[in-house]
Amino acid sequence: MITYADACRVINESRGEAVSVTTMTQTKYWNRVSSEPDLDVGIANAMSKASSVALGIALGDPGRPVLCLDSDGSLLMNFGSLATIAGLAPKNLYHFVFNNGIYAVTGGQPVPAPGVDYARAAEACGYRSAHRFDDIESLDTALPVILSNPGPVMIEIIVKGEPSTEGVDQTWESNARLPLQLRALRTRLTGSDDWGPGGPYI
Amino acid sequence: MHNLINGVLHPKNVVAQLVQHGVSHYVTLPDSETANMYEALLAEPSITIVPVAREGEAIPIAAGLFVAGKNPVISIQNAGLFEAGDALRGLGLGIGLPLVMFIGYRGHNRKGDTPDSAATFLEPYLHMWRVEYFVVESNDDLDRVPLAFDLARKTNQPVAVAIGTEYASEPAGASGPAQEEAGQ
Repeated sequence: MITYADACRVINESRGEAVSVTTMTQTKYWNRVSSEPDLDVGIANAMSKASSVALGIALGDPGRPVLCLDSDGSLLMNFGSLATIAGLAPKNLYHFVFNNGIYAVTGGQPVPAPGVDYARAAEACGYRSAHRFDDIESLDTALPVILSNPGPVMIEIIVKGEPSTEGVDQTWESNARLPLQLRALRTRLTGSDDWGPGGPYI
Repeated sequence: MHNLINGVLHPKNVVAQLVQHGVSHYVTLPDSETANMYEALLAEPSITIVPVAREGEAIPIAAGLFVAGKNPVISIQNAGLFEAGDALRGLGLGIGLPLVMFIGYRGHNRKGDTPDSAATFLEPYLHMWRVEYFVVESNDDLDRVPLAFDLARKTNQPVAVAIGTEYASEPAGASGPAQEEAGQ
């Protein structure tokens, strides 16, 4: 079984200038190691939609790799996105799923079906390739090769669950992070700072 | 039930509006009223159709496209917009996304006593989310589409265009914006 910290460290070592779209527990660990924070988006306050946001970015900027660091509970809420991604087949999308079998941020309750094999599900939907790892050495060895091949690719990582006891961070400041990150990312990708304030947070 | 809507809505006219506003991607889950729109879009090379498996994906995908510098719209039915509520909240209204949303107004008949609850709840639902909207029922209403694009851009918020009729079929071989049919 792999820890969040190790998985995020290994992924970041191979990311290059890829965009990252993270969600849930892995966002916390990713933020500690990310080498390109202005290419990062942490999908908070919109559970389950990381894969869809990542797909949109991948379609809009097909020359740049996009890493989606999804989780099992989130993907179960947006399972149809596997078929949507497979159908559109963006070559630059790499879909990681951190599988811990629980809803960690709400205290560790089990997901409805902890035994789902997300790699096989993605492959059945039509992803170009799918991989499943439960030890960090194998992930570390395989990842550079996986990321050098075209997507869409599913990389399922069996991680050790870390049930939270802190609850979900819901302040005005924390909820403003996502819209601010998205604006910074648009500026980085387009070279134009043209997305003004809007919505309840900025 | 008698339908009080007069006139027709030609999809080529709507496509022309999308082209005029530089739309790059049309994120959609087709519905019964928009089949002819889908066909018209297939003939427009400057717009990429992005099909989704469920309506809740549409706004997040559009958000990603916009972040990457593209100019998407979405097209889903009113029933699908209800399903997409949390996506609208978190990744439309919450991030301040300037997005025009074409919403199929299934069941709309102008009488108000429609048996289709998808129509009954659409406008109250948009009011609840504080989403501004325009209703388009025929070619005569198409001047409302530019208003929607302008409002979305000025406010950095999603704006809806409720399509209150089934898109008409285009005559075979027709090209360019369609004219109102006599007697409709």
